[in-house]
Amino acid sequence: MMDHAITFALACFALALLLNLWRLARGPLVADRILALDTMTINAIALIVLAGIRWDSALYFEAALMFAMVGFVSTVALCRFLLRGDVIE
Amino acid sequence: MNVAAEILISLLLVAGALFALVGSFGLVKLPDLMARLHAPTKATTLGVGGCLLGSMGYFLLTDGRASIHELGITLFLFLTAPITANMIAKAWLHQQVNPDLPPTGTAAGWATFGPTGRPAGEEPRTPPSPGL
Repeated sequence: MMDHAITFALACFALALLLNLWRLARGPLVADRILALDTMTINAIALIVLAGIRWDSALYFEAALMFAMVGFVSTVALCRFLLRGDVIE
Repeated sequence: MNVAAEILISLLLVAGALFALVGSFGLVKLPDLMARLHAPTKATTLGVGGCLLGSMGYFLLTDGRASIHELGITLFLFLTAPITANMIAKAWLHQQVNPDLPPTGTAAGWATFGPTGRPAGEEPRTPPSPGL
């Protein structure tokens, strides 16, 4: 049963990533694209965690944590670039 | 493995995945950025939270050790999601809203805009076109 649940969750997150990709390609404003990228990062973290459950390895959590940190910093940097025209003033 | 625990973990995973899917669907479906901001920042955080809780339960059951990594990731995501949402909303305000605001009456100006109510050194912009 757990295998089916993990497969279902993987399919849902993959579909969510595709929807985000559509918004990233389409999104009329730059802020829309930043939001789509941020959501993609969060969905990718969930995919990494699910891969860790499926292959029964605890090594994936470090990857997920790194992904979370890099995603947050990149989102804030992009927003600051839009706001101030520069990342570090 | 305990059947009840397995059912609980499966439920957490499925609920988390559905939340994330609904959030991403809202990102595609909703009409403008302020509405779109609402869907993924809440639903996806819940979705990832469900997956991480399920993962924590799984490793607790199979290995018998409580892993703290998931709690770290959950805490980090829950702390950073409002910050990113705020930054994106500010970027949108800065680009789209006509900053023709009244003076605040204090030394501090409006958030993201200069003390005069508009970005420093810029003329007031035209209101956003309805197509955006």
